[in-house]
Amino acid sequence: MTDHSSDIDSVSGKSTTGHEWDGIKELNTPLPRWWVITFYLTIVWSIGYWIVYPAWPLISSNTTGMFGYSSRADVAVELANLEKIRGDKMAALGAASLADIEKDPALLALARAKGKTVFGDNCAPCHGSGAAGAKGYPNLNDDDWLWGGTLDQIMQTIQFGARSGHAKTHEGQMLAFGKDGVLKGDEIVTVANYVRSLSGLSTRNGFDAAKGQKIFAENCAACHGDSGKGNQELGAPNLTDKIWLYGSDEASLIETISQGRSGVMPAWEGRLDPATIKAMAVYVHSLGGGK
Amino acid sequence: MNKAVNPNELKPADDSGPLYAARKKVYPQSVSGTFRRIKWTLMAICLGVYYFLPFVRWNRGLGAPSQAVLIDLPNSRFYFFFIELWPQEVYYFTGLLIVAAVALFLMNSVGGRIWCGYLCPQTVWTDLFYAVERLVEGDRRERMKKDRSSDPLKLERISEIVLKHSIWIMIAWWTGGAWVLYFSDAPTLVKELVTFQAPMIAYIWIGILTATTYVLAGFMREQVCTYMCPWPRIQAALTDEWALNVTYRYDRGEKRTSVKKTAELRALGEQVGDCVDCYQCVAVCPTGIDIRNGPQLECIQCGLCIDACDNVMAKIGRPKRLIGYDNDINIHRRQQGKAPIYRIVRARTIVYSAIIAVVGGIMIYTLATRSLLDVNVLHDRNPVAVKLSDGSIRNAYTVRLLNKSGYDRVIAIDADGPINSTVHVVGVDSVTPDRPMIVIPRDSTSELRLLVTAPADNNPEKSIPVHFHVTDIGLGVAASATDNFVSP
Repeated sequence: MTDHSSDIDSVSGKSTTGHEWDGIKELNTPLPRWWVITFYLTIVWSIGYWIVYPAWPLISSNTTGMFGYSSRADVAVELANLEKIRGDKMAALGAASLADIEKDPALLALARAKGKTVFGDNCAPCHGSGAAGAKGYPNLNDDDWLWGGTLDQIMQTIQFGARSGHAKTHEGQMLAFGKDGVLKGDEIVTVANYVRSLSGLSTRNGFDAAKGQKIFAENCAACHGDSGKGNQELGAPNLTDKIWLYGSDEASLIETISQGRSGVMPAWEGRLDPATIKAMAVYVHSLGGGK
Repeated sequence: MNKAVNPNELKPADDSGPLYAARKKVYPQSVSGTFRRIKWTLMAICLGVYYFLPFVRWNRGLGAPSQAVLIDLPNSRFYFFFIELWPQEVYYFTGLLIVAAVALFLMNSVGGRIWCGYLCPQTVWTDLFYAVERLVEGDRRERMKKDRSSDPLKLERISEIVLKHSIWIMIAWWTGGAWVLYFSDAPTLVKELVTFQAPMIAYIWIGILTATTYVLAGFMREQVCTYMCPWPRIQAALTDEWALNVTYRYDRGEKRTSVKKTAELRALGEQVGDCVDCYQCVAVCPTGIDIRNGPQLECIQCGLCIDACDNVMAKIGRPKRLIGYDNDINIHRRQQGKAPIYRIVRARTIVYSAIIAVVGGIMIYTLATRSLLDVNVLHDRNPVAVKLSDGSIRNAYTVRLLNKSGYDRVIAIDADGPINSTVHVVGVDSVTPDRPMIVIPRDSTSELRLLVTAPADNNPEKSIPVHFHVTDIGLGVAASATDNFVSP
């Protein structure tokens, strides 16, 4: 330590640090004793902290500390607690039949709350947070269902998906009639207009309805039915209603017929537990479109 | 406020001193008299209400708590005798706070710091702690002597100190203990507390409130009023010249002399004051001030100096109330030989009373007429409207039904919206088409998903109002809400 006492500033009467710049001297204003002690204490404290808590990064891990603290483990404990709290209720949900859940106000409320959360986490990216869907992704609020809208059918679709690769998945797809050379350009335009006419939409001038019907009967009726009412076994949509997954304008229809359509819904069995899938089926059904 | 200080006595400001004042410990002397009796009575009432109110029972029927005053946090209910409030009705507390604040203003404009001097918890508990201190350690002089003494502590003195603090902590513990009883069934909780079965949070709160009571009433005392409380500042701004405050009547008191001299001077026919400078008013003051310096911020107007002075006046054969509830106007009138006037009814007190009456009236009216059945409707935001396969339009709503009564209700829901629209509640099979009926259990809410569907040809408007009516079909009680029906 330097002895500052010898050099006293004549104006203020205080000692200086001895540093001088162009005749200006710096006054020695030491930190308060309590401040310095506190500062050293924090250093001592931090050493203790390094020992008991995770602190130092190693090459592929880090020091774990004597307390074995881990925020990840804390979260796991909290989640386990939550599962425990919800255990009884979710067990009741798992045990009840789908129809019974909808009839019991308490179970319905639970299933809807649980279903809504799980829907937001897993389904919303495609179907939207309110399940309103988008082009190619069905609106789950309406009453038009590709694979059926009863509780059991909705649950089956969630479990196994559509064209998901799961052994029990819904199969069936819209063929690419144009790309595969089954239909020629003008035939596609004709049948597209015929499909529009099925639900009362306007058709192009000079459209040959008889020819359209013939093409439809030969190529489309196998899946969509003779009258175009669709077939939920095959996921073939009803072409006579007001709801169109890929659009009802002529251009969209031509694209659909030429290129085919085969949207994929993933299978959730194995990824979500059975009670959760049940809750989601009830939630989707309760959105209003369920049969 | 004007200080009644002789201008000649004012000293020039000295700015070289420290920035804070060291506390001078106050040793209030015991005193008896009218105001002391009033204070004892009010203390007994306040503490009695505080400690015993949780044990008052009130029958609300089976399944409801039977405690008259209960803040039921887990179930979010507040019970006050015949009133049961839900969280969404906390605005009643706003009304209560307005009434309380204006009542404080009214008290202040009539009789000064009545709240501070007689009713404030800080005053009540400090007064109680002083009483204990006096009982254990003796009165003012003895306590001062004991504190000043530099003798080594003797067993007797140690036992006194231990006893005093033990009693203080016991009172503080009861204070914290009573507090938690307002949040749970009191008899049950007492049993649990005694057998160490009560939830940890109860012990924590008792601990916290024991500590605050002990520190605030045992040590901080008048400093809370002088330095921490905003009310002295506010009341100084709210008072007026007609408000009665504890006042030293300097018109009667000055010039101060001793008893002996007074007699001599009176015999000579000279003008002398009644104040004999006995300092009794200072000795009894719990804030350690001299009331003869005029109204001051530290004075909580507890009236003890009035009692002290009255006792002295009685002894020396002079009229009472040299210190009393009075104001400057009357002091000046007396000096001019006029009779004092007391104006309790004036614009200020009338306005305050009117505000209390209006707000209190509104509260009583709304409480008396509040509906025990209510409905809230929230339109689905995503999607706002859904087109169905036949072209009809459906809107979905979250309907929340509140049954605040003590019995189950059977509710019918009508939705008055687009022409020929249909109503459906998810999970409810319509026995009565388009008029879903459901049961809401007592004292609870039910959240329903309600669907209104308008046929394809009947929804030309972008948005039309829908009125939801819910009716208790047993009692005919009804509530309604309005939302919109939107077309895509």
